[in-house]
Amino acid sequence: MSQPALSTAFLALLRRDFLLAYRRRAELLQPLVFLLVVVTLFPLGVGPSPQLLAKIAPGVIWIAALLATVLSLDSLFRSDYEDGTLEQMVLSGQPLALIALARIVAHWLVAGLPIILLSPLLALWMNLPDAGVPVLIKSLAIGTPVLSLIGAIGGALTVSLKRGGQLLSLLVFPLYVPLLILATSAVSAAVSGLPYNGQLGLILAGMIAALTLAPFATAAALKLSLS
Amino acid sequence: MNPIYLFFHKTGSPPWFYRFAGKLIPWLWAGFVVLTAIGLYLGLLRAPPDYQQGESVRIMYLHVPAAWLSMMIYGMMAVTGFIALVWRIRIMEVLTISSAPVGAAFTIIALVTGSLWGRPTWGTYWVWDARLTSELVLLFLYIGVIALYNAYDEPRKAARAAALMAIVGAVNLPIIHYSVMWWNTLHQGSSIGTSGSSIHPSMLWPLVFMAFAFKFYYGANLLSRARLKLLAQDHRKRWVQELLSGKEK
Repeated sequence: MSQPALSTAFLALLRRDFLLAYRRRAELLQPLVFLLVVVTLFPLGVGPSPQLLAKIAPGVIWIAALLATVLSLDSLFRSDYEDGTLEQMVLSGQPLALIALARIVAHWLVAGLPIILLSPLLALWMNLPDAGVPVLIKSLAIGTPVLSLIGAIGGALTVSLKRGGQLLSLLVFPLYVPLLILATSAVSAAVSGLPYNGQLGLILAGMIAALTLAPFATAAALKLSLS
Repeated sequence: MNPIYLFFHKTGSPPWFYRFAGKLIPWLWAGFVVLTAIGLYLGLLRAPPDYQQGESVRIMYLHVPAAWLSMMIYGMMAVTGFIALVWRIRIMEVLTISSAPVGAAFTIIALVTGSLWGRPTWGTYWVWDARLTSELVLLFLYIGVIALYNAYDEPRKAARAAALMAIVGAVNLPIIHYSVMWWNTLHQGSSIGTSGSSIHPSMLWPLVFMAFAFKFYYGANLLSRARLKLLAQDHRKRWVQELLSGKEK
Protein backbone atom coordinates (compact mmCIF):
# COMPACT_ATOMS: atom_id res chain seq x y z
CA MET A 1 0.00 0.00 0.00
CA SER A 2 1.40 3.38 -0.86
CA GLN A 3 1.70 5.84 1.97
CA PRO A 4 0.88 9.51 1.54
CA ALA A 5 3.93 11.76 1.83
CA LEU A 6 4.90 12.94 5.30
CA SER A 7 4.04 16.56 4.53
CA THR A 8 0.59 15.55 3.23
CA ALA A 9 -0.13 13.61 6.39
CA PHE A 10 1.20 16.42 8.56
CA LEU A 11 -0.94 19.07 6.86
CA ALA A 12 -4.04 16.86 6.88
CA LEU A 13 -3.66 16.36 10.62
CA LEU A 14 -3.13 20.04 11.15
CA ARG A 15 -6.23 20.89 9.11
CA ARG A 16 -8.28 18.38 11.05
CA ASP A 17 -7.07 19.76 14.39
CA PHE A 18 -7.97 23.30 13.36
CA LEU A 19 -11.41 22.25 12.26
CA LEU A 20 -11.97 20.49 15.56
CA ALA A 21 -10.66 23.50 17.45
CA TYR A 22 -12.91 25.84 15.49
CA ARG A 23 -15.95 23.74 16.31
CA ARG A 24 -15.05 23.80 19.99
CA ARG A 25 -14.33 27.51 20.20
CA ALA A 26 -15.87 27.96 23.64
CA GLU A 27 -13.67 25.25 25.11
CA LEU A 28 -10.56 26.94 23.74
CA LEU A 29 -11.48 30.25 25.30
CA GLN A 30 -11.52 28.80 28.80
CA PRO A 31 -7.73 28.71 29.34
CA LEU A 32 -7.45 32.26 28.01
CA VAL A 33 -10.14 33.57 30.32
CA PHE A 34 -8.40 31.64 33.08
CA LEU A 35 -5.17 33.45 32.19
CA LEU A 36 -6.88 36.84 32.46
CA VAL A 37 -8.52 35.92 35.76
CA VAL A 38 -5.28 34.68 37.34
CA VAL A 39 -3.44 37.85 36.39
CA THR A 40 -6.34 39.93 37.76
CA LEU A 41 -6.07 38.15 41.10
CA PHE A 42 -2.51 39.37 41.70
CA PRO A 43 -3.21 43.11 42.05
CA LEU A 44 -6.15 42.17 44.27
CA GLY A 45 -3.95 39.92 46.38
CA VAL A 46 -0.76 41.93 46.74
CA GLY A 47 -2.20 45.44 46.46
CA PRO A 48 -2.39 47.81 43.51
CA SER A 49 0.92 49.61 44.12
CA PRO A 50 2.31 50.26 40.60
CA GLN A 51 5.96 49.80 41.65
CA LEU A 52 5.24 46.43 43.26
CA LEU A 53 3.18 45.25 40.29
CA ALA A 54 5.90 46.32 37.86
CA LYS A 55 8.46 44.37 39.87
CA ILE A 56 6.49 41.11 39.92
CA ALA A 57 4.92 41.52 36.44
CA PRO A 58 7.26 39.19 34.45
CA GLY A 59 6.87 36.39 36.96
CA VAL A 60 3.11 36.77 37.30
CA ILE A 61 2.47 36.83 33.56
CA TRP A 62 4.74 33.86 32.93
CA ILE A 63 3.29 31.79 35.77
CA ALA A 64 -0.22 32.56 34.53
CA ALA A 65 0.88 31.40 31.06
CA LEU A 66 2.22 28.14 32.54
CA LEU A 67 -1.03 27.53 34.41
CA ALA A 68 -3.19 28.29 31.37
CA THR A 69 -1.09 25.98 29.18
CA VAL A 70 -1.28 23.10 31.62
CA LEU A 71 -5.04 23.60 31.82
CA SER A 72 -5.35 23.15 28.08
CA LEU A 73 -2.87 20.25 27.91
CA ASP A 74 -5.18 17.72 29.52
CA SER A 75 -7.44 17.74 26.48
CA LEU A 76 -4.49 17.51 24.06
CA PHE A 77 -4.86 13.78 23.34
CA ARG A 78 -7.86 12.90 25.49
CA SER A 79 -10.76 13.07 23.03
CA ASP A 80 -8.68 11.33 20.36
CA TYR A 81 -7.87 8.64 22.88
CA GLU A 82 -11.44 8.19 24.01
CA ASP A 83 -13.04 7.88 20.56
CA GLY A 84 -10.30 5.63 19.19
CA THR A 85 -8.84 8.13 16.73
CA LEU A 86 -5.46 7.84 18.37
CA GLU A 87 -5.34 4.09 17.77
CA GLN A 88 -6.15 4.63 14.10
CA MET A 89 -3.37 7.22 13.89
CA VAL A 90 -0.90 4.73 15.35
CA LEU A 91 -2.10 2.09 12.89
CA SER A 92 -1.93 4.50 9.94
CA GLY A 93 1.73 3.67 9.37
CA GLN A 94 2.83 7.27 9.54
CA PRO A 95 5.60 7.93 12.09
CA LEU A 96 3.96 8.56 15.42
CA ALA A 97 6.45 11.32 16.26
CA LEU A 98 5.19 13.24 13.22
CA ILE A 99 1.58 12.79 14.30
CA ALA A 100 2.52 13.99 17.77
CA LEU A 101 4.34 16.98 16.31
CA ALA A 102 1.29 17.96 14.23
CA ARG A 103 -0.85 17.78 17.35
CA ILE A 104 1.67 19.88 19.29
CA VAL A 105 1.87 22.52 16.55
CA ALA A 106 -1.92 22.74 16.47
CA HIS A 107 -2.01 23.02 20.24
CA TRP A 108 0.51 25.84 20.20
CA LEU A 109 -1.40 27.71 17.52
CA VAL A 110 -4.69 27.59 19.41
CA ALA A 111 -3.38 27.76 23.00
CA GLY A 112 0.09 29.35 22.88
CA LEU A 113 -0.32 31.99 20.23
CA PRO A 114 -3.35 33.66 21.91
CA ILE A 115 -1.29 34.04 25.09
CA ILE A 116 1.31 35.98 23.10
CA LEU A 117 -1.43 38.13 21.57
CA LEU A 118 -2.90 38.83 25.00
CA SER A 119 0.44 39.59 26.63
CA PRO A 120 0.50 43.35 25.84
CA LEU A 121 -2.81 43.68 27.68
CA LEU A 122 -1.45 41.70 30.62
CA ALA A 123 1.70 43.85 30.63
CA LEU A 124 -0.50 46.94 30.74
CA TRP A 125 -2.53 45.57 33.66
CA MET A 126 0.59 44.63 35.58
CA ASN A 127 2.18 48.01 34.88
CA LEU A 128 5.21 46.44 33.20
CA PRO A 129 7.54 49.24 32.03
CA ASP A 130 7.59 49.78 28.28
CA ALA A 131 11.15 48.53 27.92
CA GLY A 132 10.03 45.11 29.12
CA VAL A 133 7.05 44.64 26.79
CA PRO A 134 8.86 43.68 23.56
CA VAL A 135 11.08 41.27 25.47
CA LEU A 136 8.05 39.75 27.21
CA ILE A 137 6.47 39.15 23.81
CA LYS A 138 9.71 37.71 22.42
CA SER A 139 10.19 35.45 25.43
CA LEU A 140 6.61 34.19 25.12
CA ALA A 141 7.01 33.74 21.36
CA ILE A 142 9.95 31.37 21.79
CA GLY A 143 8.92 30.03 25.20
CA THR A 144 5.31 28.94 24.67
CA PRO A 145 6.31 26.32 22.04
CA VAL A 146 8.49 24.77 24.77
CA LEU A 147 5.44 24.67 27.03
CA SER A 148 3.45 22.81 24.38
CA LEU A 149 6.31 20.47 23.50
CA ILE A 150 7.22 19.40 27.03
CA GLY A 151 3.59 19.42 28.08
CA ALA A 152 2.69 17.00 25.30
CA ILE A 153 4.94 14.36 26.91
CA GLY A 154 2.98 14.72 30.15
CA GLY A 155 -0.32 14.76 28.30
CA ALA A 156 0.58 11.56 26.45
CA LEU A 157 1.71 9.83 29.64
CA THR A 158 -1.52 10.62 31.49
CA VAL A 159 -4.01 10.26 28.64
CA SER A 160 -5.19 6.78 29.62
CA LEU A 161 -5.70 7.74 33.27
CA LYS A 162 -9.08 8.80 34.57
CA ARG A 163 -7.82 11.65 36.68
CA GLY A 164 -4.85 12.60 34.58
CA GLY A 165 -5.20 16.37 34.87
CA GLN A 166 -3.84 16.79 38.38
CA LEU A 167 -1.02 14.37 37.78
CA LEU A 168 -0.15 16.16 34.56
CA SER A 169 0.56 19.41 36.40
CA LEU A 170 2.74 17.56 38.93
CA LEU A 171 4.71 16.00 36.09
CA VAL A 172 5.31 19.04 33.92
CA PHE A 173 5.73 21.98 36.32
CA PRO A 174 9.17 20.87 37.55
CA LEU A 175 10.24 20.57 33.91
CA TYR A 176 9.15 24.15 33.25
CA VAL A 177 11.46 25.58 35.94
CA PRO A 178 14.40 26.51 33.65
CA LEU A 179 12.10 28.18 31.14
CA LEU A 180 10.40 30.25 33.85
CA ILE A 181 13.74 31.34 35.29
CA LEU A 182 15.23 32.32 31.93
CA ALA A 183 12.13 34.07 30.60
CA THR A 184 11.42 36.16 33.69
CA SER A 185 15.07 37.08 34.06
CA ALA A 186 15.18 38.22 30.42
CA VAL A 187 12.19 40.52 30.96
CA SER A 188 13.54 41.85 34.26
CA ALA A 189 16.93 42.48 32.65
CA ALA A 190 15.28 44.43 29.83
CA VAL A 191 13.36 46.53 32.35
CA SER A 192 16.59 47.41 34.17
CA GLY A 193 18.31 48.21 30.88
CA LEU A 194 20.62 45.22 31.00
CA PRO A 195 21.42 42.91 28.07
CA TYR A 196 18.91 40.07 27.74
CA ASN A 197 19.98 38.29 24.56
CA GLY A 198 21.78 35.57 26.50
CA GLN A 199 18.60 34.44 28.23
CA LEU A 200 16.57 34.58 25.02
CA GLY A 201 19.30 32.63 23.24
CA LEU A 202 19.17 29.93 25.89
CA ILE A 203 15.38 29.70 25.60
CA LEU A 204 15.74 29.40 21.85
CA ALA A 205 18.30 26.63 22.30
CA GLY A 206 15.90 24.91 24.68
CA MET A 207 13.10 25.25 22.15
CA ILE A 208 15.18 23.63 19.42
CA ALA A 209 16.22 20.83 21.76
CA ALA A 210 12.60 20.29 22.81
CA LEU A 211 11.45 20.42 19.19
CA THR A 212 13.85 17.63 18.23
CA LEU A 213 13.39 15.41 21.29
CA ALA A 214 9.87 15.96 22.65
CA PRO A 215 7.93 14.52 19.65
CA PHE A 216 9.79 11.22 20.06
CA ALA A 217 9.21 11.10 23.81
CA THR A 218 5.55 11.94 23.19
CA ALA A 219 5.29 9.18 20.60
CA ALA A 220 6.84 6.68 23.03
CA ALA A 221 4.40 7.78 25.74
CA LEU A 222 1.42 7.50 23.38
CA LYS A 223 2.44 3.98 22.37
CA LEU A 224 2.74 3.09 26.03
CA SER A 225 -0.67 4.54 26.83
CA LEU A 226 -2.27 2.54 24.04
CA SER A 227 -0.55 -0.75 24.89
CA MET B 1 27.52 -18.48 25.20
CA ASN B 2 29.31 -15.23 25.77
CA PRO B 3 29.52 -14.78 29.58
CA ILE B 4 28.16 -11.23 29.37
CA TYR B 5 25.09 -12.34 27.42
CA LEU B 6 24.68 -15.19 29.84
CA PHE B 7 24.75 -12.78 32.76
CA PHE B 8 22.07 -10.62 31.13
CA HIS B 9 19.89 -13.61 30.40
CA LYS B 10 20.20 -14.78 33.95
CA THR B 11 19.50 -11.39 35.52
CA GLY B 12 16.50 -11.12 33.24
CA SER B 13 14.97 -14.18 34.86
CA PRO B 14 12.97 -13.33 38.01
CA PRO B 15 13.72 -16.55 39.99
CA TRP B 16 17.46 -16.21 39.32
CA PHE B 17 17.42 -12.54 40.23
CA TYR B 18 15.41 -13.28 43.35
CA ARG B 19 17.95 -15.78 44.60
CA PHE B 20 20.96 -13.73 43.52
CA ALA B 21 19.63 -10.58 45.22
CA GLY B 22 18.79 -12.62 48.32
CA LYS B 23 22.41 -13.73 48.57
CA LEU B 24 23.74 -10.23 47.96
CA ILE B 25 21.54 -8.34 50.43
CA PRO B 26 23.16 -9.54 53.71
CA TRP B 27 26.58 -8.47 52.38
CA LEU B 28 25.26 -5.06 51.43
CA TRP B 29 23.73 -4.60 54.88
CA ALA B 30 27.02 -5.70 56.46
CA GLY B 31 28.92 -3.19 54.33
CA PHE B 32 26.47 -0.49 55.30
CA VAL B 33 26.79 -1.19 59.04
CA VAL B 34 30.59 -1.38 59.04
CA LEU B 35 31.08 1.72 56.88
CA THR B 36 28.50 3.72 58.85
CA ALA B 37 30.17 2.76 62.12
CA ILE B 38 33.58 3.88 60.85
CA GLY B 39 32.14 6.99 59.16
CA LEU B 40 30.16 8.10 62.20
CA TYR B 41 33.07 7.39 64.55
CA LEU B 42 35.44 9.45 62.42
CA GLY B 43 32.88 12.14 61.67
CA LEU B 44 31.32 12.64 65.08
CA LEU B 45 34.25 11.87 67.40
CA ARG B 46 37.53 12.23 65.54
CA ALA B 47 37.03 15.00 63.00
CA PRO B 48 37.73 18.50 64.32
CA PRO B 49 34.93 21.09 64.52
CA ASP B 50 35.06 23.62 61.71
CA TYR B 51 36.78 26.91 62.58
CA GLN B 52 33.79 28.86 61.27
CA GLN B 53 30.83 26.51 61.47
CA GLY B 54 31.76 24.85 64.78
CA GLU B 55 30.19 21.54 65.66
CA SER B 56 27.30 22.01 63.22
CA VAL B 57 29.65 21.05 60.39
CA ARG B 58 29.12 17.42 61.45
CA ILE B 59 25.67 17.50 59.86
CA MET B 60 27.59 17.53 56.59
CA TYR B 61 28.56 13.89 57.07
CA LEU B 62 24.91 13.01 56.56
CA HIS B 63 23.90 15.88 54.30
CA VAL B 64 26.50 15.65 51.56
CA PRO B 65 26.31 11.85 51.02
CA ALA B 66 22.49 12.05 50.99
CA ALA B 67 22.54 14.85 48.42
CA TRP B 68 25.02 12.98 46.23
CA LEU B 69 23.01 9.82 46.44
CA SER B 70 19.70 11.57 45.71
CA MET B 71 21.10 12.68 42.37
CA MET B 72 22.87 9.39 41.66
CA ILE B 73 19.67 7.42 42.23
CA TYR B 74 17.78 9.58 39.76
CA GLY B 75 20.52 8.88 37.22
CA MET B 76 20.28 5.17 38.03
CA MET B 77 16.52 5.30 37.48
CA ALA B 78 17.05 6.85 34.08
CA VAL B 79 19.63 4.20 33.12
CA THR B 80 17.59 1.21 34.32
CA GLY B 81 14.47 2.86 32.88
CA PHE B 82 16.15 3.20 29.50
CA ILE B 83 17.18 -0.46 29.54
CA ALA B 84 13.64 -1.40 30.60
CA LEU B 85 12.07 0.55 27.73
CA VAL B 86 14.49 -0.53 25.04
CA TRP B 87 15.01 -4.21 25.86
CA ARG B 88 11.80 -4.73 27.84
CA ILE B 89 13.58 -6.45 30.71
CA ARG B 90 11.12 -6.78 33.55
CA ILE B 91 13.77 -6.79 36.28
CA MET B 92 14.86 -3.35 35.07
CA GLU B 93 11.30 -2.05 35.26
CA VAL B 94 11.11 -3.31 38.82
CA LEU B 95 14.50 -1.80 39.69
CA THR B 96 13.50 1.56 38.20
CA ILE B 97 10.36 1.86 40.23
CA SER B 98 11.97 0.44 43.37
CA SER B 99 14.65 3.14 43.20
CA ALA B 100 12.16 5.99 43.30
CA PRO B 101 11.07 5.86 46.99
CA VAL B 102 14.68 5.41 48.16
CA GLY B 103 15.78 8.36 46.06
CA ALA B 104 12.91 10.50 47.33
CA ALA B 105 13.81 9.57 50.91
CA PHE B 106 17.43 10.63 50.43
CA THR B 107 16.27 13.86 48.82
CA ILE B 108 14.16 14.58 51.89
CA ILE B 109 17.10 13.70 54.17
CA ALA B 110 19.32 16.08 52.21
CA LEU B 111 16.71 18.86 52.42
CA VAL B 112 16.03 18.40 56.14
CA THR B 113 19.67 18.08 57.20
CA GLY B 114 20.52 21.04 54.95
CA SER B 115 17.89 23.19 56.56
CA LEU B 116 18.96 22.15 60.08
CA TRP B 117 22.52 23.09 59.14
CA GLY B 118 21.38 26.33 57.54
CA ARG B 119 19.73 27.56 60.73
CA PRO B 120 22.95 28.05 62.77
CA THR B 121 25.13 28.81 59.74
CA TRP B 122 23.04 31.05 57.52
CA GLY B 123 20.59 32.06 60.26
CA THR B 124 17.55 30.65 58.50
CA TYR B 125 15.99 27.27 57.85
CA TRP B 126 15.21 27.97 54.24
CA VAL B 127 16.57 30.25 51.56
CA TRP B 128 15.85 30.08 47.86
CA ASP B 129 19.39 29.14 47.19
CA ALA B 130 20.26 27.37 43.96
CA ARG B 131 21.13 23.96 45.31
CA LEU B 132 18.29 23.88 47.81
CA THR B 133 15.89 24.80 45.06
CA SER B 134 17.19 22.24 42.61
CA GLU B 135 17.08 19.59 45.33
CA LEU B 136 13.44 20.56 45.97
CA VAL B 137 12.66 20.33 42.25
CA LEU B 138 14.36 16.93 42.27
CA LEU B 139 11.99 15.88 45.05
CA PHE B 140 9.02 16.97 42.92
CA LEU B 141 10.41 14.95 40.02
CA TYR B 142 10.66 11.88 42.25
CA ILE B 143 7.11 12.42 43.51
CA GLY B 144 5.92 12.77 39.92
CA VAL B 145 7.49 9.43 38.96
CA ILE B 146 5.99 7.70 42.01
CA ALA B 147 2.57 9.28 41.46
CA LEU B 148 2.58 8.27 37.80
CA TYR B 149 3.44 4.70 38.77
CA ASN B 150 0.62 4.59 41.31
CA ALA B 151 -1.92 6.05 38.89
CA TYR B 152 -1.77 3.06 36.54
CA ASP B 153 -3.51 -0.17 37.45
CA GLU B 154 -1.36 -2.48 35.39
CA PRO B 155 2.07 -2.76 37.07
CA ARG B 156 4.17 -3.31 33.95
CA LYS B 157 2.58 -0.44 32.06
CA ALA B 158 2.92 1.70 35.17
CA ALA B 159 6.62 0.88 35.46
CA ARG B 160 7.24 1.70 31.80
CA ALA B 161 5.42 5.03 32.11
CA ALA B 162 7.44 5.83 35.23
CA ALA B 163 10.64 4.85 33.40
CA LEU B 164 9.84 7.19 30.53
CA MET B 165 9.11 10.01 32.97
CA ALA B 166 12.41 9.29 34.76
CA ILE B 167 14.29 9.60 31.46
CA VAL B 168 12.54 12.86 30.56
CA GLY B 169 13.35 14.18 34.03
CA ALA B 170 16.97 13.09 33.78
CA VAL B 171 17.39 14.97 30.50
CA ASN B 172 15.98 18.05 32.18
CA LEU B 173 17.80 17.70 35.49
CA PRO B 174 21.12 19.25 34.39
CA ILE B 175 19.24 22.08 32.69
CA ILE B 176 17.21 22.69 35.84
CA HIS B 177 20.37 22.51 37.94
CA TYR B 178 22.32 25.05 35.90
CA SER B 179 19.41 27.42 35.34
CA VAL B 180 18.68 27.51 39.06
CA MET B 181 22.37 27.90 39.83
CA TRP B 182 22.55 30.87 37.55
CA TRP B 183 19.32 32.26 39.00
CA ASN B 184 20.54 32.56 42.56
CA THR B 185 23.31 31.09 44.58
CA LEU B 186 24.39 31.42 48.15
CA HIS B 187 25.62 27.87 48.59
CA GLN B 188 29.30 27.27 49.02
CA GLY B 189 30.92 25.85 45.93
CA SER B 190 31.66 22.17 45.61
CA SER B 191 34.56 21.21 47.84
CA ILE B 192 35.17 17.94 46.08
CA GLY B 193 35.58 17.79 42.35
CA THR B 194 37.33 15.69 39.76
CA SER B 195 40.50 17.72 40.17
CA GLY B 196 40.84 17.04 43.87
CA SER B 197 39.46 18.15 47.15
CA SER B 198 39.75 21.31 49.22
CA ILE B 199 38.80 19.53 52.44
CA HIS B 200 41.33 18.48 55.04
CA PRO B 201 41.74 14.66 55.13
CA SER B 202 40.42 14.47 58.72
CA MET B 203 37.08 15.75 57.43
CA LEU B 204 37.25 14.13 54.01
CA TRP B 205 37.58 10.54 55.19
CA PRO B 206 34.40 10.38 57.28
CA LEU B 207 32.59 11.90 54.30
CA VAL B 208 33.96 9.24 51.96
CA PHE B 209 33.03 6.45 54.38
CA MET B 210 29.52 7.81 54.82
CA ALA B 211 29.08 8.25 51.06
CA PHE B 212 29.92 4.59 50.48
CA ALA B 213 27.84 3.49 53.47
CA PHE B 214 24.80 5.24 51.97
CA LYS B 215 25.40 3.56 48.64
CA PHE B 216 25.46 0.16 50.32
CA TYR B 217 22.21 1.06 52.06
CA TYR B 218 20.69 2.02 48.71
CA GLY B 219 21.79 -1.27 47.20
CA ALA B 220 20.37 -3.33 50.04
CA ASN B 221 17.11 -1.41 50.19
CA LEU B 222 16.70 -1.42 46.41
CA LEU B 223 17.22 -5.16 46.08
CA SER B 224 14.87 -5.91 48.99
CA ARG B 225 12.17 -3.77 47.40
CA ALA B 226 12.73 -5.32 43.99
CA ARG B 227 12.45 -8.82 45.48
CA LEU B 228 9.15 -7.97 47.15
CA LYS B 229 7.78 -6.40 43.97
CA LEU B 230 8.74 -9.48 41.97
CA LEU B 231 7.04 -11.76 44.47
CA ALA B 232 3.90 -9.63 44.33
CA GLN B 233 3.87 -9.50 40.52
CA ASP B 234 4.55 -13.21 40.10
CA HIS B 235 2.47 -14.48 42.98
CA ARG B 236 0.60 -16.86 40.69
CA LYS B 237 3.67 -18.20 38.92
CA ARG B 238 5.18 -21.54 39.70
CA TRP B 239 8.54 -20.37 41.03
CA VAL B 240 6.83 -18.28 43.68
CA GLN B 241 4.46 -21.09 44.59
CA GLU B 242 7.41 -23.45 44.95
CA LEU B 243 9.29 -20.85 46.96
CA LEU B 244 6.41 -20.28 49.32
CA SER B 245 5.47 -23.91 49.71
CA GLY B 246 8.81 -25.41 50.21
CA LYS B 247 12.41 -25.71 50.86
CA GLU B 248 13.95 -23.48 48.26
CA LYS B 249 15.50 -20.35 49.64
